[in-house]
Amino acid sequence: MKISDTMLKTEELAVFRLRDLYGRYGYAQYKMSKFEEYDLYVRNKNFLISDSVITFTDTSGKLMALKPDVTLSIAKNSKDTADGGLQKVYYDENVYRVSAGSHAYKEIKQVGLECMGDIDGYCIGEVLSLAVQSLEKISPDYILDVSHLDLLSLVLDRIGISPAGRVKLVDCVAQKNLHDASAICAGEGISAERTELLRALMQCCGRPADAQKRLKKLFSDEVWQSTVARFFGILSRLPSKNIRVDFSVVSDMNYYNGIVFQGFVMGIPEAILSGGQYDLLMKKMEKKSGAIGFAVYLDQLEALGSAPNEYDVDVFLLYGDGIDPSAVQKTVEGIVKSGKSVRAGKTVPEKLTWRCLLKQSESGVEALENNA
Amino acid sequence: MLNIALPKGRLGERVYAMFEKAGFECPSIKENNRKLIFENPECGVRYFWVKPSDVAIYVERGAADIGVAGKDILLEYEPDIYELLDLKTGICRMAVAAPKGFRDDPRRTLKVATKFTNIAQNYYASLGREIDMIHLNGSIEIAPILGLSDVIVDIVETGTTLRENDLEVIETVVPISARLIANRASYKFKNEQIIRVAEGIAAQLQTEEQQP
Repeated sequence: MKISDTMLKTEELAVFRLRDLYGRYGYAQYKMSKFEEYDLYVRNKNFLISDSVITFTDTSGKLMALKPDVTLSIAKNSKDTADGGLQKVYYDENVYRVSAGSHAYKEIKQVGLECMGDIDGYCIGEVLSLAVQSLEKISPDYILDVSHLDLLSLVLDRIGISPAGRVKLVDCVAQKNLHDASAICAGEGISAERTELLRALMQCCGRPADAQKRLKKLFSDEVWQSTVARFFGILSRLPSKNIRVDFSVVSDMNYYNGIVFQGFVMGIPEAILSGGQYDLLMKKMEKKSGAIGFAVYLDQLEALGSAPNEYDVDVFLLYGDGIDPSAVQKTVEGIVKSGKSVRAGKTVPEKLTWRCLLKQSESGVEALENNA
Repeated sequence: MLNIALPKGRLGERVYAMFEKAGFECPSIKENNRKLIFENPECGVRYFWVKPSDVAIYVERGAADIGVAGKDILLEYEPDIYELLDLKTGICRMAVAAPKGFRDDPRRTLKVATKFTNIAQNYYASLGREIDMIHLNGSIEIAPILGLSDVIVDIVETGTTLRENDLEVIETVVPISARLIANRASYKFKNEQIIRVAEGIAAQLQTEEQQP
């Protein structure tokens, strides 16, 4: 049976398209249980978008959780390969967490992929390219914001901020909050000159080519220049039209390192794609592998909407008490075979809308009204 | 069209003047009527008046692209938005106040009445102080007078209300002022317009700062 695209909701269509895309690049589907031991999330609370988790005690007395996140489970179950080989998986799962806007638990459909192992420049580029292609499959009007946490770390190290101040500054970077960032630096006695370095990084936002020029001027040493060169080397392989360098993409720096990114599409007020390199999480889990991946949050796609159906059914077929049921059935099947939707009944429900109203009589079918 | 949420009241009128001076005027907003939405297609702006505490929600959910909200609201609700400018207006502070002569006994749990439970919680957590939080929606000042709480955490502008109720500020939690905020996605897709507004207002603030 062929299913028409118009029958599917935007998010349903996206699931099929994304699964097809990831499969074509050699990612294997990863299927997992809905439950995981709660302990995993307690140990990695900051990795989660929301730290509220739905828990329950299973039959053996273990405290379990309904999965609030997929990456943690995949990372935990990944195996270091002796030859540094790669594991490439994609998933299509529901997660359960508190939604930021409504402050209530929500079931969230999430599709994403993870690449684990000896992560090199190609792997990072491939994952970023797949993030771009994922957004393209959802909407032609999209933007992928990309940041590099090592560059942010280097700037924070070099301006000499305290650990407590560092946490506050990272929040300011995430909010593009230059005024409070300057105030925090001033409060810690950091010179205006060094504060300006952080401000320059925060304001370095835009197309990769422009951002690269500005970043190169920030420090002249080898470590900085080579990190900048590696970062933009990867970005140069992506379509620059929809890529923006933006250091406000800040994932938890205890877990993420290197490139992190967020995707936006026109019409949805928040990021629908989020990902990055998380070698530090793998290290915390005592894995030798590096890892990079991303997730697409499909619950948001509802806001894009699908084309509304003009009518509830194409045809409403009225029939009276004395009509032979097999005649009604024959007419209904004929209409369905012609590709139209049909509903048969003895009375037309009050709020039902139809394109065409037919009546089955003993002598055959007659058209009563036509809205088309 | 850039959708701008402004807080109803005096603060909103003050900040609208800033938008107007930056070249984003909408004359109909000054008409004396009960309309809440005002549009000027020539300048590409649509303003709407909303309850001050709701501005951040409108912006976070994308109903408004940008807006003006007090830092108190941003700290309390922690919306996922960009905070682009400190507008240096609506200046006040979030403070701990208590009846005159109050002495804090650290051996006891401190009873704190406030409308801003998140701010108070974070403040006392940073001090490692155990508190009993009492959430109130208004007339916070009477809580310590009636023995409902030991102290209050509230916004203090001139301190007149506190003085008239025999209370005094014992600690400043955080300074407050109005901030220009932006929706994260709008910042990507309406970047040029938002930057023009922010730069126009930033230039005014800079001029004011330089004036003796």
